[in-house]
Amino acid sequence: MNKTSGAGVVIVGASLAGLTTAEGLRSEGYAGPLTLVGEEDRMPYNRPPLSKQVLAGTWGIDQTTMSEADQLERLGVQHLRAHRATAVDVAARTVTVGGVAEPFEHLVAATGVTARRLLNSHGVRGIHSLRTADDALALQQDLGDAGQVAVQVAVVGAGVLGCEIASAVRSAGHHVTLIGRSAKARFGQTGGHLSAMIAELLRENGVRMRVGVDVDEIESRDADGHKTVSALRLSDGSVVPADVVVVAIGCSPAVDWLAGTGIDISDGVLCDANGVAAPNIYAVGDVARWLDPVTGEARRVEHQATAIEQAHAVARLIVTGERTAPIVPLFWSELFGNRILVHGRLDPNLPLTVLAGDPAERRFVAATILRGQPTGLVGWNMPREFRQERARLVQHVVQQPVEATEAVKGSEIVKEGMVA
Amino acid sequence: MKISADTATCIGAGQCALVAGDLFDQDDDGIVVLLGDEPAESQYVIARRAASLCPARAITITESA
Ligand SMILES: Cc1cc2nc3c(=O)[nH]c(=O)nc-3n(C[C@H](O)[C@H](O)[C@H](O)COP(=O)(O)OP(=O)(O)OC[C@H]3O[C@@H](n4cnc5c(N)ncnc54)[C@H](O)[C@@H]3O)c2cc1C
Ligand code: SF4
Repeated sequence: MNKTSGAGVVIVGASLAGLTTAEGLRSEGYAGPLTLVGEEDRMPYNRPPLSKQVLAGTWGIDQTTMSEADQLERLGVQHLRAHRATAVDVAARTVTVGGVAEPFEHLVAATGVTARRLLNSHGVRGIHSLRTADDALALQQDLGDAGQVAVQVAVVGAGVLGCEIASAVRSAGHHVTLIGRSAKARFGQTGGHLSAMIAELLRENGVRMRVGVDVDEIESRDADGHKTVSALRLSDGSVVPADVVVVAIGCSPAVDWLAGTGIDISDGVLCDANGVAAPNIYAVGDVARWLDPVTGEARRVEHQATAIEQAHAVARLIVTGERTAPIVPLFWSELFGNRILVHGRLDPNLPLTVLAGDPAERRFVAATILRGQPTGLVGWNMPREFRQERARLVQHVVQQPVEATEAVKGSEIVKEGMVA
Repeated sequence: MKISADTATCIGAGQCALVAGDLFDQDDDGIVVLLGDEPAESQYVIARRAASLCPARAITITESA
């Protein structure tokens, strides 16, 4: 059974990065076969609203859909829904999907990440992650099952996602305790600069904060014959009562299917500065660890804007052989109606300089500045000014051409045969 | 070509106004404001680029046949 229509480009992972790669390939003029393999039995959907509008109850899950079946059809994309890739043979250029070795000319890994779980949480009801639409629905059900009654919710992990979940669940009227291992809330690429402001915002809105502690034990009770969470025992000996626990302690890249290929998958798929992991094999989105040519470090970025830019960069590389300027991260978050935008990285070792507005009023744009140049920019409820400062910042970025690697050169040769 | 923008999905990143300031603006909350929904042919490329870079995927381009 050959489900893909011949070689061409096979993209594994049918979410933001995979879908955008497919769209990018077509808009760059690629006319060959295009297959999008996705493990989830859904059309591609957008994850950010899961911890915002969906959790707060203002959006139905259908509003997160990014692309309908007819749109993919028009794009000439064969979508293998509920199909999992399990292995890759680099030499033979095949990827195993549903037990069948499918040939590819170019393979794009866009498998994202999966949520890490708390130890010993297996088989205990009421403990949730929030990564997929199914996760969101299950969480909603547990929160709603209490019958419009406020329930005790413990959120484990005080990163961006944990803070957002705490905010949305608290806004829905539940009692929320946010538990974090480090003493400060970690907030994306903000170098700790926003921790105090965010903690204050959360506290002011009634979120109880327990930081600098670990979860030692999950206490459970028997409910209708099922082991159900009742409380969390923390490393300082205290006990937090919990009907529902949401775990947001980070993610692990979904790379098991690339084991044995010789590709470095120790922390995501290691790529050069153009997203090339091996000849004709690329990685984009949350799973990808691209080399940053400016710092010489390779790192993963778990944000939408980076996933989109990487997808376009790889599509362009496959079709035209053109390389990309370094991608500067951009992310946003929403906490109790406050919209926070961050461009670049706030440097923890530099002071935060206010460029507009006033942090005390929760309306400001600020930056960490190194030798007269901002390294990172944050906008808090000041989107217009943020954009203006950002435009100035983007102009400053030196668009250095990135050296071609051997892998890229290799892929260019094969490229010629496939671009229609 | 027709452009539409979903203001409920828009997160005010300003990516669109940054790359295509002639087609998109933002209101005081940062939410996208279309400056015209039928771009000139010379603006097609930049319109598509703005839509493709929107991190919230709030902009839809409908290409006429
Ligand atoms: C609740 C939540 C809120 C977020 N909020 C924000 C935000 O406000 N701003 C922001 O910038 N980013 C946010 N993010 C991050 C953003 O969603 C990610 O950066 C984005 O989804 C990355 O897209 P991706 O396609 O790389 O990975 P994913 O979206 O994780 O998609 C990977 C897909 O690959 C599939 N897959 C995995 N393995 C296989 C396999 N072997 N075979 C086939 N398919 C496979 C998975 O099932 C999944 O569908 C949020 C994420 C979550 C979960
Ligand atoms: S790029 Fe998208 S999210 Fe950002 S302002 Fe424009 S429409 Fe809104």
